[in-house]
Amino acid sequence: MTTKFSIGFLPLVDAALPILAHVHGFAAEEGLSLELVKDVSWATVLDRLLYGHTDAAHMVAPLAIATTLGRGRPAQPLSAPFVLGLNGNAITLKSDLAQRVAPEGALGDPVAVGAALREIAMERKAAGHPFCFGVVHRYSSHNYMLRYWLAGCGIRPDEDVEITTVPPPFCADALEAGDVDGICVGEPWNSVAVERGAGTIVLATAQVWRRGVEKVLAMRESVMESRRGEVEALIRALHRAARQFVDPEALVTNAAILARPEYLNADVNLIQRALGDRLLLHKGGELIHFPDFMFQYREAANFPWVSQAQWLYSQMLRWDRTPYDADDEAKVARVFRPDVYRSALTGTDAPLPGASSKVEGSLHQPMAVGTQQGLITLEKNAFFDGRIFDPHDLAGYLARDAYAK
Amino acid sequence: MRIAIIDESAVRASVMQEGLAQLGDCEIFVITERRGLVRRISEIDADIVLMDLGNPSRDVLEEYFAVSRVLARPIAMFVDDSDEESIGASIDAGVSAYVVDGFAPHRIRSILDLAIRRFHAFSRLQTELSVAQSKLAEREAVDKAKRILMQTRGLGEPEAYAELRKTAMNQGKRIAEIADAVVTAHKLIGGAA
Repeated sequence: MTTKFSIGFLPLVDAALPILAHVHGFAAEEGLSLELVKDVSWATVLDRLLYGHTDAAHMVAPLAIATTLGRGRPAQPLSAPFVLGLNGNAITLKSDLAQRVAPEGALGDPVAVGAALREIAMERKAAGHPFCFGVVHRYSSHNYMLRYWLAGCGIRPDEDVEITTVPPPFCADALEAGDVDGICVGEPWNSVAVERGAGTIVLATAQVWRRGVEKVLAMRESVMESRRGEVEALIRALHRAARQFVDPEALVTNAAILARPEYLNADVNLIQRALGDRLLLHKGGELIHFPDFMFQYREAANFPWVSQAQWLYSQMLRWDRTPYDADDEAKVARVFRPDVYRSALTGTDAPLPGASSKVEGSLHQPMAVGTQQGLITLEKNAFFDGRIFDPHDLAGYLARDAYAK
Repeated sequence: MRIAIIDESAVRASVMQEGLAQLGDCEIFVITERRGLVRRISEIDADIVLMDLGNPSRDVLEEYFAVSRVLARPIAMFVDDSDEESIGASIDAGVSAYVVDGFAPHRIRSILDLAIRRFHAFSRLQTELSVAQSKLAEREAVDKAKRILMQTRGLGEPEAYAELRKTAMNQGKRIAEIADAVVTAHKLIGGAA
């Protein structure tokens, strides 16, 4: 007897885990019959979730938080008991601009690229034609990573450049048409721009924050509570899909599945590159290997650290220019649900961290952390500027923000 | 009252436009182009914006509305807490509505109801059209298969059709499926269709 469970998604490489859990039969083995509902905007993915067309959704993490806080829509508490992946986005500039800020044939150093970009941005601002970036959504990790990097390089995101919303499938068009000078988007859309000769990849967002939270499995809190057993079954299926996702032998098969018309409907070669952490930075160049470009499994990557949600909230306050609110912080901390993750995976071989929060950005070298099964090693987790986010001192973190002063 | 309809399907947009024109006191603007959407929508200065849920530019529009909240006429997605059913119905139909803050809810509801009906009418039309098209394609395949049987086995038309029907019944399939198989097999062994 299987139960139907529907999941909304946007056709992006990091929608992989629900798709693979379905196609490889992991969900069916857990007694779930997944129905995957494809949409083309986050607004519609969210509407379907809020009005019960779908039971859960592949979602940019900040949007789950914004929805819980009622930003842009009346507040509706969402829950995220599973992280679908870390990072996997890149910053792509028009090729003539990329040449001025990044070394040829390699990803640049974020500080050096930022310094060079600052010169261009200031020239362009003075000329009355500001540098323009496209991001996929106001409440996206793309927007926050880009802004964090720009601000850290002395480029004020709202004053010195323009940041506008561009749907992922139109990013290459927008670069080509000159509507934007740069994009921060997930795969395969950077690679599509590269293949079309519309741009050059200059940075991976993993260079801005080595372990930055990206998409989550989001659902209404009421759904998570009333269908708790099924949600935990889904978490187990997704976790198996994550392990399979990183198996090098499964890469070609997985890329072919994701490329299907009903899922990403995209070039299988570009998808295969992303899954294998390979990037072609500019047309006609050589593929480079950037380890952990996408990060979907190791080091308990799927564990919803409450501190990750709190970091996103700090950036929401920073860029929405709203004051810190302790009640809101409590609501945000409740969106990520490590308790549900633990409960679902107890008794499996998945490492279950004992803590629910960690100091983000504090790891400049590998560190062992305790889990119920013993120690696991967490590798570098640093922000590019070396700043450290202590979730117990969110207000202090914001107050020390040089940009805010 | 100024209503903007954003839809990349020009046909559906005109079905909507025609429906809303019945309201009388409305000025209706249709945007089907993706480029320059934000500029057009700010020029139109609409009281209500209707957009199909399958439009990739929804996030672009919502971003514009979020930014425009600082303007004199803030716009937000129409969500009336007292009437979740009507919002649910609009999501079902595939249309979203954005409304200038403070606009009379009962007026919005009547417009939204109309929009929902027009969206349903359009998808019915589409279904009818695709049913008609597939029926036509089936009839063509059956005609081709009959001709093939008549030529290769020297049958008359009624016998050729009877043969197809008998095979379909024996195999528990539809005549159109058998006809397709005949046409495909004939092509594979080098016959002209």
